[in-house]
Amino acid sequence: MVDADIKILVIDENRIRASVIEEGLREAGYANVRVIADSRPMVRAIVDADPDVVFIDLENPNRDVLEHMFQVSRAISRPIAMFVDRSDRDMIEAAVDAGVSAYIVDGLKKERLKPILDTAISRFNAFSRMREELDRTKRALEERKVIDRAKGVLMRLRAIGEDEAHALLRRTAMNENRRIAEVAQSVLTAADLLSGGKP
Amino acid sequence: MTASRPTVTIRAGFIPLLDAAILILARIKGFAEEEGIDLVLVQESSWASIRDRVALGHFDVAHMLAPMPIAASLGLTPFGGAVITPMCLGLGGNAITVSNAVWYGMSLAGADNSGDPKRMGEALRAVVAERRRRGQSRLTFAVVHPFSSHNYYLRYWLAACGIDPRTDVTLTVVPPPYMSDALAGGHIDGYCVGEPWNSASVVAGVGHIVTTTSAIWKSSPEKVLGARADWAEQNPEALSALLRAMHRASLWCDAPKNAPELVELLSSSRYLDVAPSAMLAGVTGRIALGDGQPQAVPDFRYFAKRAATFPWISHGLWFFSQMARWGQIELTPATLDIARRSIRPDLYRKALGPLGVALPNASAKVEGTLTMETPVATADGRLFLGPDGFFDGKVFDPDLIGDYVAGFEIKGPGPQEG
Repeated sequence: MVDADIKILVIDENRIRASVIEEGLREAGYANVRVIADSRPMVRAIVDADPDVVFIDLENPNRDVLEHMFQVSRAISRPIAMFVDRSDRDMIEAAVDAGVSAYIVDGLKKERLKPILDTAISRFNAFSRMREELDRTKRALEERKVIDRAKGVLMRLRAIGEDEAHALLRRTAMNENRRIAEVAQSVLTAADLLSGGKP
Repeated sequence: MTASRPTVTIRAGFIPLLDAAILILARIKGFAEEEGIDLVLVQESSWASIRDRVALGHFDVAHMLAPMPIAASLGLTPFGGAVITPMCLGLGGNAITVSNAVWYGMSLAGADNSGDPKRMGEALRAVVAERRRRGQSRLTFAVVHPFSSHNYYLRYWLAACGIDPRTDVTLTVVPPPYMSDALAGGHIDGYCVGEPWNSASVVAGVGHIVTTTSAIWKSSPEKVLGARADWAEQNPEALSALLRAMHRASLWCDAPKNAPELVELLSSSRYLDVAPSAMLAGVTGRIALGDGQPQAVPDFRYFAKRAATFPWISHGLWFFSQMARWGQIELTPATLDIARRSIRPDLYRKALGPLGVALPNASAKVEGTLTMETPVATADGRLFLGPDGFFDGKVFDPDLIGDYVAGFEIKGPGPQEG
């Protein structure tokens, strides 16, 4: 059974991640989801959302600000605290591992929270995997560029063809037990030093 | 080198700030490695995350605001779990900055470039009174966390100058790197924070430093190393080794010849990502007070000398006294005992005694009685302590904490902020 009317607030400066989570919660049947992606959190926005559950990403420096607001702001009428029950360590651990912290309005039952938290956690994890994948792709692309430039340097300085330049890089990498991109970077650094900083 | 010793991994959380220097340098200068420790540093962006990840066992130790281990031990944190303070990360390093508009008002009321807390406080009180007369809104001051030295130092200063921090101004929380922007944007009118985030506003032309916390309470404590109590109990040797490594790092950080390297390292994008010129002020203690040029502020900040890393029980209990003063905790024999036992000079002595480090014979002192650098009793008599006076002349005797708290005119939780 899903509590469709439960009000969920997602606070995340990363708009893409915020919408990934929002979408996940909506798909799971939670219609009442709001997102705050501002770098400056405002009491007003929180009051308007009047949330039962608040999710904040752990990288967010504003966690300290928000906790202070939850504690002292008269405008927020219902007390908001971290988690329902400090005894439920597994749930807490899973959330922190995924990179999210959850704040619950006083009185919300653990049974009602569990499926919401599970959804948020799985979406956070999915996003992390996506980001890792993206980082890997980006790195590979950058390494390709470095290798291409190093090949160009070798072709020019040693008057060899592209295949030969590539083979030279690969052989050196194998002999020195380094990655081919690292050897290519060394070539570029050396070329830069020898030419006095000119490209 | 102690290469034969097995390597122990210690996981430490930190926030990129100048006062995390000892922890960071213990790793990158190889002091930890020499002690057989693989010190894994994990950067965080909020004190809440530091607190949670220590409580959950992700970190064994962490760079913490001095009141945090006390608050954790008192059960004022979400997941509970006692945290101890076996070492301090240095003394001083904070200042109070106001917006250009507030500074203008203060300068009309007699503020100058002296950094004198009393004179500056009187000028600010005049600004606060003038705003009230005109029916303008209260000024908003920011600190970094409710359980922070900044919160207590700012409140102490305001209250001692006749400005009630609960009703005459609004207090809020802003992360250090955002302080300058919040000031420029008019979201706050002033703040108390560690360097370089005061000088950053001066460099950006959006604020003026009115005084330093080293003038409010001389040689006052700042960040500490917090260690999970159960981890410390189960790993006494690893903790001792870490304290030895951090002691060596503190000596490195205090050596003037290392200042340029420290500035370059910490201002880089890897850590604080600020202009080296803003960083230099906090490292050298040359602070631009008022609307003046940078001037040498006596005893602004130090990492090692004068027992700067010694975890004084009287420092911890002063924070506890302020938590009680402002209604964050009830002062009872039981809470006092918990706070006292969370400060662990015994572990510091055990780790550093064998190195021949000069250690004071006492673990607590009456704060506010030293007016100048003073030699104190040690096993071999080589230790000087810095002056420790409060600007209003009050004295904190940790054995008379109830009287101390009761003696403040302005105290109590006060009406909540909007």
